[in-house]
Amino acid sequence: MSRIGGDQPSGTTPDFSAWAEQNKVQDCFQCQKCSAGCPVVFAMDYKPNQVMQMVSLGMKERLLACKTIWVCASCYTCSTRCPNQINIAGVMDWLRQTALREGVVPAEKEVPFFHAAFLESIRSHGRVHELSMLARYKMKTHRYFQDMKLGWKMFARGKLRILPSNIKGRKEVAGLFTRPGP
Amino acid sequence: MKASYYPGCALHGTALEYDESTRAITKLLDLELVELPDWNCCGASSAHVTDDTLALNLAKRNLKIAAAQGMDLIVPCAACYSRLKAAERTMAENGGRDGTSARVISPLEFFFLSGLTERLQGLVKHPLTGLRVVCYYGCLLVRPPDVTGARHHEHPDEMDRLMAIIGAEPVPWSYKTDCCGGSLVLTRTDIVTRLTTKLFEKAIEAGAEAMVVACPLCHSNLDSRQEKIFRQTGNHHPLPIFYFTELIGLAVGHNNVNTWFRRHFVDPRKLLAAKGLVSGS
Repeated sequence: MSRIGGDQPSGTTPDFSAWAEQNKVQDCFQCQKCSAGCPVVFAMDYKPNQVMQMVSLGMKERLLACKTIWVCASCYTCSTRCPNQINIAGVMDWLRQTALREGVVPAEKEVPFFHAAFLESIRSHGRVHELSMLARYKMKTHRYFQDMKLGWKMFARGKLRILPSNIKGRKEVAGLFTRPGP
Repeated sequence: MKASYYPGCALHGTALEYDESTRAITKLLDLELVELPDWNCCGASSAHVTDDTLALNLAKRNLKIAAAQGMDLIVPCAACYSRLKAAERTMAENGGRDGTSARVISPLEFFFLSGLTERLQGLVKHPLTGLRVVCYYGCLLVRPPDVTGARHHEHPDEMDRLMAIIGAEPVPWSYKTDCCGGSLVLTRTDIVTRLTTKLFEKAIEAGAEAMVVACPLCHSNLDSRQEKIFRQTGNHHPLPIFYFTELIGLAVGHNNVNTWFRRHFVDPRKLLAAKGLVSGS
């Protein structure tokens, strides 16, 4: 355990270890192919192979509060190349979902704000309306002026719609959301 | 020939020219695209990150509509394609309990499966002779291969073959499927800048004059932020980013190419004029 900082596997909960077993995370033999191919590993606090080890050891609190799970770009290079067929990108999804469900303060605040704004747009319109989604995201992150010029240029090229296109089945789509909104 | 068509949110907005050029060339190839009635967003990179069930159900609603339409579902956006393919697979694994699904297919796959490539060969009026391009496939068209069914997930070649058919010169390079960071574009722009800068450098090193893509997220990521990157690095070497459908439109002499190209951030018309492929504008 020394290579990942040596805290106790006290965070192990039955669902956590059961899930790890079901998804063959214990099959990881630390070849580090996932981390060698990961395009965003430079921005992570724990490399993907370390995350696999930590999941096996049940180090839940550290994992749910780490940067790695939010920096992961879901490019599936790790899952594709893993010699033990562990769906590493799927493990990242599961860790993010668990972190959100358990209300853990995310190490990268902007990322979950973005996802929330994106999903809220689907819930309201059935499709994503970029302009209102961006406004919502900026309100949450206070990044009001970031990419303003870019947004204007997009608009000038006919790429940002003023009004959302509401689908007929938007109530049906809203009904697919089981978790409360942000 | 007829097929259902799922444009997805990006093709109705930031990737308008991908939608326009896809519809234009399929029409010329006698493929009628019927937009999926009342389609909803596939959930893209946000739903699967937050809620597996939501991700599946958002995709499933579209697949059910497509099944009722009874035709293949053509999905040009790589992110939508990936989400719909993943749901298609889960539905198949559930052994029909979720209902049946239409076959989800990318325009690139469709070209090769339906014999459109032969038809295209006969339609080329202005071969793109001398245009050196690298084809960039990104992540979600090919990975994970058990979902996409990609034949060569590390070295896909479908776009390269199409570029050769229309007379362009696809240049070999090693970064066809390296991630551009699309899902982090608004949240960790610093990461995205680093990834795209590397792609530009490697494309130029390979001798390419332009990049060809089949994903709206890759396109907007690579096209819209070049100016800013060049301001930072001081190395100004603009690299037009094309949708493969736009270059096909150019080679078959479609009238609307300038409308599509005007929507780009890096205007490709200068390069194309220098090659004698469009009249100077």
